[in-house]
Amino acid sequence: MGQVVLKGINKFYDSVHAVKDVNLQIRDKEFVVFVGPSGCGKTTTLRMIAGLEAISSGDISIDGNVVNELAPMDRDIAMVFQNYALYPHMSVYDNMAFGLKMRKFEKPAIDQRVREAADILGIGELLKRKPRQLSGGQRQRVALGRAIVRHPRVFLFDEPLSNLDAKLRVQMRVELKKLHLRLGTTAIYVTHDQVEAMTLGDRVVVMKDGVVQQVGEPLELYNQPANKFVAGFIGSPAMNFAAVTVTEANGSLIAENSGLRIKLPDETAQRLRGHIGHEVTLGVRPEDLTVASTADRDHPCFDAVIEVVEQLGSEILLDMKVGEGVMVASVEPTMRVKVRDKLRVAMRPSRLHVFDAKTEAAI
Amino acid sequence: MIEGARWRKWVFFYVPMALFLLFLLFPFYWMVITSVRPDGELYRPWNSINYNPFWTWKPTWDHVRYLFDQTLFATWLWNTTFIAIVSTAISLVCGVFAGYALSRLNFPFAGSLGTGIFITYLVPQTLLFIPLAEIIRNYRLGDTPWSLILTYPTFLIPFCTWLMMGYFKAVPKELEECARIDGASRWQAMLYIVIPVAIPGILSAGIFAFTLSWNEFIYALVFLSSPGQKTVPVGVTSELIRGDVFFWGPLMAGALLGSIPVAIAYSFFVEHYVAGLTGSVKG
Repeated sequence: MGQVVLKGINKFYDSVHAVKDVNLQIRDKEFVVFVGPSGCGKTTTLRMIAGLEAISSGDISIDGNVVNELAPMDRDIAMVFQNYALYPHMSVYDNMAFGLKMRKFEKPAIDQRVREAADILGIGELLKRKPRQLSGGQRQRVALGRAIVRHPRVFLFDEPLSNLDAKLRVQMRVELKKLHLRLGTTAIYVTHDQVEAMTLGDRVVVMKDGVVQQVGEPLELYNQPANKFVAGFIGSPAMNFAAVTVTEANGSLIAENSGLRIKLPDETAQRLRGHIGHEVTLGVRPEDLTVASTADRDHPCFDAVIEVVEQLGSEILLDMKVGEGVMVASVEPTMRVKVRDKLRVAMRPSRLHVFDAKTEAAI
Repeated sequence: MIEGARWRKWVFFYVPMALFLLFLLFPFYWMVITSVRPDGELYRPWNSINYNPFWTWKPTWDHVRYLFDQTLFATWLWNTTFIAIVSTAISLVCGVFAGYALSRLNFPFAGSLGTGIFITYLVPQTLLFIPLAEIIRNYRLGDTPWSLILTYPTFLIPFCTWLMMGYFKAVPKELEECARIDGASRWQAMLYIVIPVAIPGILSAGIFAFTLSWNEFIYALVFLSSPGQKTVPVGVTSELIRGDVFFWGPLMAGALLGSIPVAIAYSFFVEHYVAGLTGSVKG
């Protein structure tokens, strides 16, 4: 079992309110990712779950038992740190065995568990080496091994892949996912990389300034972001935003600003009835913009001038000037376009997001 | 390294280096050569013929023999070693624990306490020996090795504490946190993880403390009086300088033999010692 419940968690550092009223239920065997920009309180939250940081108010319980006052060693958790934190004076074997020795396991049991973990991670050859003789990826594996030998109830990961180079990071990401599927241990993972969050998490918790912005499955965050921050943070390239004013003409709603004038599709218009005459933020993802053809006659369209063409091979990113603002569109790689081309761009009407200009909440 | 023409390397690197070495090593050379020159050469007037202060053709062990036969040099050597080792051990144990506490345990006034300890190190010994002499007299420790073993830590502990504080700060916190999650208590985490990682720092503190107590002069001069209790620095200077007569040969032989143990200590730990100075701790 490994069910973790956070109830009204707050953390103050003197006058700084670092984590604000976090409530979350993490189910057994779930992989939950905390994601957000640096300083958003995600690592602090993780450290409070680990017991390395005192809680200012609220309750943390693991499998129904409140662990607020328990020392890290008594919480039955294992943690992988960003800088691996391998014990430099010990061999790989001793690094992995340390936790079991501290818990007074018999020697044969320690040996069996260490070799089992080493097999899973493919580091059987390295057991006699010292950490300084290992590459970054190998160190990462040892750090993982040290966590899994303990068979803890919960794994905690604090940005474990951020010290690896890009290629290795992708590889380790896949391995982590496989490892989780194989072991089925509850995992709480902290990262600032939204791609890691989307690919690893069963559920993702987006945080900003110590406040949980949204909790949901990756696609839920992507398709139905709760506010402008989540919409902009999840997805790469980021969602395009345009500040527009809602007006009414001939019974339909129009969103316009100095360079943009689009007729809002009915479904969106329904939601915006109460905002006529007010400013709202329009959001659309780059892949939901297409070069308009006759088939798109009913779609909201606007004119744009191409400023930069980014060839990525699998797609082309067009950086376009739209009125005063800029937007990015992702189009088919076969398309022939060049800088300063004028385009008529269509939006997929069902994929239009609208946010309140003041509260930034989704409408 | 210096790039460019070969002469630049000579002018900016080898020549200054040679001058520096000469400046640094000459006193040692002088000590060595004086300790093996016969008295006849040592006291020859500078304007006599064949006068050569930098070399001798008739090296002799007379001065060393004099030291061991006519003075209590062997006893002084033993006294010094005993006092230096015991006071270093006491100071290291206290310094390691105090340094750990000051750098890792977040208690109120930890910072100012650390500074306070360092300030005690700055009080000159030439002032401190007066009240200390009173204490030594009250406890009837005068003229025993314990008078030094107990007073040397007054400057060694602040020194070791300060050095270890800096070193412990360089040991990544995550190592200890990881150990505590792994099931170690704070005490076990310190014993099994932090202290082994800090060994280079502990060795450097130990070597410095050993050297400081080995060379210490004022306390030894004030607290010890009988020849059989003296340490090398005090014994050599008090027994081999009589009035205004300097027994240069035995004096220099004593200085030479007195510096050998320190040199051995340095060379033995030099690898760890250098690692200690560069703080090579990686997570």
